[in-house]
Amino acid sequence: MALTNDIVKQKLTEKFGEQVTNFIEPYGLLTFEAPKELNLKVLNFLYDDEELKFRFLTDLCAVHYPDQKGRELAVVYHLHNMQDNIRVRFKVVTDINQPDVYTATGLFSSANWMERETYDFFGVNFIGHPNLKRILNVDEMEYFPLRKEYPLEDQVRIDKDDEMFGRG
Amino acid sequence: MTEHHIKLPEGSIEKTTTTLNLGPTHPATHGVFQNILELDGERIVSAEQTVGYIHRAFEKIAERRPLYQITPLTDRLNYCSAPLNNMGWHLSCEKLLGIKTPKRVDYLRVIIMELARISDHLICNSIVGVDAGAYTGFLYVMQYRELIYEIYEEVCGSRLTTNIGRIGGFERNFNDIAFQKLEKFLREYPDVLKEFENLFQRNRIFMERTIGTGAISAERALNYGFTGPNLRATGVDYDVRVQSPYCSYEDFDFLIPVGTTGDNYDRWLVRNQEMWQSLRIIEQAYQKVQEFKGADAEVYHADVPEYYLPPKEDVYTKMEALIWHFKIIMGEVAMPAGEVYHSIEAANGELGFYLISDGGRTPYRLHFRRPCFIYYQAYEELTKGSMLSDAIITMSSLNLIAGEMDA
Amino acid sequence: MSRPVSYNVKVKPLESDISMAEMPEGHQGEGFFATSFDKVIGLARKNSIWPLPFATSCCGIEFMATMGSHYDLGRFGAERVGFSPRQCDLLMVMGTIAKKMGPVVKQVYLQMAEPRWVIAVGACASSGGIFDTYSVLQGIDQIVPVDVYVPGCPPRPEAILDGFMRIQDLVGKESLRRRNSEKYKELLESYGIQ
Repeated sequence: MALTNDIVKQKLTEKFGEQVTNFIEPYGLLTFEAPKELNLKVLNFLYDDEELKFRFLTDLCAVHYPDQKGRELAVVYHLHNMQDNIRVRFKVVTDINQPDVYTATGLFSSANWMERETYDFFGVNFIGHPNLKRILNVDEMEYFPLRKEYPLEDQVRIDKDDEMFGRG
Repeated sequence: MTEHHIKLPEGSIEKTTTTLNLGPTHPATHGVFQNILELDGERIVSAEQTVGYIHRAFEKIAERRPLYQITPLTDRLNYCSAPLNNMGWHLSCEKLLGIKTPKRVDYLRVIIMELARISDHLICNSIVGVDAGAYTGFLYVMQYRELIYEIYEEVCGSRLTTNIGRIGGFERNFNDIAFQKLEKFLREYPDVLKEFENLFQRNRIFMERTIGTGAISAERALNYGFTGPNLRATGVDYDVRVQSPYCSYEDFDFLIPVGTTGDNYDRWLVRNQEMWQSLRIIEQAYQKVQEFKGADAEVYHADVPEYYLPPKEDVYTKMEALIWHFKIIMGEVAMPAGEVYHSIEAANGELGFYLISDGGRTPYRLHFRRPCFIYYQAYEELTKGSMLSDAIITMSSLNLIAGEMDA
Repeated sequence: MSRPVSYNVKVKPLESDISMAEMPEGHQGEGFFATSFDKVIGLARKNSIWPLPFATSCCGIEFMATMGSHYDLGRFGAERVGFSPRQCDLLMVMGTIAKKMGPVVKQVYLQMAEPRWVIAVGACASSGGIFDTYSVLQGIDQIVPVDVYVPGCPPRPEAILDGFMRIQDLVGKESLRRRNSEKYKELLESYGIQ
């Protein structure tokens, strides 16, 4: 029997019950959410289960929702089962004042730099990461630039006049 | 005898390894990334990578721009094969907006994408030769990359950062000159590729330098998130074009070359064979395009009034066209809300676009899943225990493009 | 609609097999030729510049095309590109320079020996280009003095060659005392270079 989104959903709800929520299928990709304490358990279950076999981490990133108080930072994992050609998107939500999420580097080595990039851009603190420091920005930077409250342009530049660029 | 006042750093007398900074400025136009190597004589004990020397904050810029203004940003991701990134972005937007493109557009897109793949693999393979000391192959093939650039110029006007295509199709139909140049390419290029192959494929020196170095097993490669030619060289035949076909790739007949050991030689061979397969695809696509006759041969875009600029005659005569023209140029067209992840087989692997839209005029969040960034992490494992000269060839055979790594 | 193919089909015959540089003005007689030092030294320097390609991104690929046989840069005397700043005259900065890379460019510039020239190829090196962001240096002239700017994104190889020819003009006409003059010292002081 070929693996479909419904089978994945059914196995997840069997194992985790009420804790996996918010099952939607935008554009055919099953998306669900779980509390941040369970993220490693869910990832391990999806990896080890002989029918599900989600053994490839395609992508790891974060999204900042400043309006949802208490649930501002969402870490999104895209997993892929190459043999049966099924993808799944798994979201974990955390508060911006305490953005601690367990690291996935024990399971997937590719999560190493992807988590460093997420830390660099959003400030998500991955607990247990071997080398959590900034990767793309300069090491001395004090803020997390991709959060919505920070502007795109460098505020100390002297020659680009915001008036002329329609931003003044 | 005077005293010697030489201050040595802490622990440097006891240290038995040398630290070598393979710094951001490279003697080979690879791009800017840094490797701090610990060497024991010639052998590498450990390597630490630093990237971010060309971080241009694409993801933050994209939150400010409407969809078609993001295409020039995607050009500059993997700049050796800019049309591939452009097409991938257009396909992701079309997935979000639910647009279906006509077959002729798909076939023209396939021609452009495979030409871009050839131009990227040409750079990678010839630079592997340059790093091994063989400069001639590079000069032979640059001449044919110029032909590919001329084809791009006929379609979109620009050579390198092409911004080719629009959401729904192309900005203009391919004219006769573009097809003439394509025919010239298809006629002349196979001989050049054969000659280039002959320089390296069974060359004793090249084989001895590349076989066995920089090897990785399939399990470790999958764990590190490898995709593309680097993964296929280890034996896993994962190709997004075949597994989840996009843009009518299911209509074409081509093979996926796969290696065995995942070392530098296998990667060179896989890329070389992929160029032959791309030539096959281009020939089939060109034949299929020739089959459209009459009015069908004039189709070069889908009917998407919200995102595709209407022709100028209509703008000056019809009211709706004027309104759409104004809205598109001012960027005031609202997108449907939703999140979409779409990936294509770019020259280096699976290039993914994760686009979240909240119904406004610009994306809420756009994340690029960049293959170079993900597989560069494995460099330490690839080079541990090997010699310094092998490390240089490994770095260039992985095809690391700094623009894609840092985005 | 198609237009006629516009390849260059008129083949111009070569005037001679070797192209010679122009002789500077001077006084000549039987067995001698007297001219001023800076003319001869300028002539020699400008036809044998050793560039350092500091290629960071897309403009670097256009530079590779310029070095190829189609738009040969070697015709202008720049056949030997070096990667060691100690041996090069011309620093060609091609591509976006991020703030993280700024100190590296400055370090490379400081390691070059006088006389040295800098050419900023591309929009990103000249002024930050399309990347007006927090992480990109808005032009390398924030950190090093630049002689020639080549606009374009990326500039065509012909444009890079044009910029190179302008550098050749500057090199040929430069006075021998310029590098020790007050004005030049002030220029370097303004960049914080001693």
